Amino acid sequence: MEDYKVKRVGVVDYDAGNLKSVETALEYLGADYEISKDPETLARTDKLIFPGVGEAGAAMDRLRHYGLDDFLREFFRMGKYILGICLGAQIVLSKSEETDTGCLDLIPGTALKFSGEGGLKVPHMGWNTVHVTGESLLFKGIPEDSSFYFVHSYYPSPDDPERVIARTDYGLQFCSAICRDNLYAVQFHPEKSGRWGLQLLHNYIADIGPRCIQGRD
Amino acid sequence: MYTGEGLKMLQKRVIVCLDVKDGRTTKGVRFKGNVEVGDPVEMAAEYYRQGVDELVFYDITASAEKRGIMIEVVRRVAREIFIPFSVGGGIASLDDMRSVILAGAEKVSVNSQAVKNPEIIRQGARIFGNQCIVLGMDAARDSSMPSGYRVFINGGRTATDLDALEWAHRAVDMGAGEIVLNSIDADGTREGYEIPLTKMVSESVNVPVVASGGAGKPEHLVQVLSEGKADAALIASMVHIQGYTIAGIKDELTKAGLPVRIDSGVIA
Repeated sequence: MEDYKVKRVGVVDYDAGNLKSVETALEYLGADYEISKDPETLARTDKLIFPGVGEAGAAMDRLRHYGLDDFLREFFRMGKYILGICLGAQIVLSKSEETDTGCLDLIPGTALKFSGEGGLKVPHMGWNTVHVTGESLLFKGIPEDSSFYFVHSYYPSPDDPERVIARTDYGLQFCSAICRDNLYAVQFHPEKSGRWGLQLLHNYIADIGPRCIQGRD
Repeated sequence: MYTGEGLKMLQKRVIVCLDVKDGRTTKGVRFKGNVEVGDPVEMAAEYYRQGVDELVFYDITASAEKRGIMIEVVRRVAREIFIPFSVGGGIASLDDMRSVILAGAEKVSVNSQAVKNPEIIRQGARIFGNQCIVLGMDAARDSSMPSGYRVFINGGRTATDLDALEWAHRAVDMGAGEIVLNSIDADGTREGYEIPLTKMVSESVNVPVVASGGAGKPEHLVQVLSEGKADAALIASMVHIQGYTIAGIKDELTKAGLPVRIDSGVIA
């Protein structure tokens, strides 16, 4: 029998919202994962999930407090995979309009606030269609224009439109998923998006970079 | 036909409400005479497979000693369904909020306790975020109130001095991220939602409004989601007792031109 080393997904915990639903989704998918706020522990994982809800400035403060801001930049520079979710998809950008916050700058761009024009309620909350704009491993096996669950008042706007891999309509066609090399970011919550959300997480943990599923298969 | 803004593709949500007493689901008529209809976790999983967009669990026991039973239900639900769900009933403190959120609920719903102690909305929103805090409101027609509707608490049994529209505004100002608006007049009748109430509140607050009370057939959802301007419609007995399926209901909504999520099911 050959030696089998299970690869691990690290979930970045920086007190930015409840990680329970990410955890139960990873359990359900059989992922080998570790939730931590310690950069040294997370550095030993093979890829990261970077979630977050709340306010961008406060989130950046906590990342700095735990030494996770430099860690995330280094992890990205090393070519290891990161999946940002919700607020995590905004603070990978250069900056956020929210309290005019400087962010991680893994992708040049800005998180912008929905204007609320035309009577659209802010936050954008509920299920909305995600139009995938090109080929992407992240959306493999997911039917075109499937719905995902969103809760957010700001949306990512990468400077380079080539980085946009999906768009969603809410008064404007905003960017709902980003890819830059080894970095993926989704504005919606795959862990709360039913079957296709689970499929997306499965794609990330099983098929993008090292396979992080428990056991032999 | 739905004639909402053409570009607005945010979908109208169909939400199933499960009243849970001592760990079992019940459905009451006008808040009285609850009859048991099943295991909440099994029922939640079935509606999830059918494509429900969200679930609401109300703990109608809400006595301190039975609290743990509900938390265990929430934990089991969180392990099986991967859509948002909220928990309400007897949420009286930040600790109560924390325990259901840590058990896996996306949101907590406060109703009578928010009337008695509105600060719980502000404190909850500050700690867990506005999107976590749902105001549940029971309102009944009352021509002596400015908006024509009075707020009731304690499961609809106790009148308050609050006007429904004023209370909605105040709760949103304090941080409520959503309102579940239940009409006492319509609840349990299966004759349709209270459209004027729903429309009035939904048009005047900038958070989603979930219409509740009175659903008996798909046309009622069509009406409240279009004419009533609701962002979501809560149903219970239609699926628990009357035999409608989520897919069947959504089919009717689609035919009426309403944007709804049509994919469903879990990974095989």
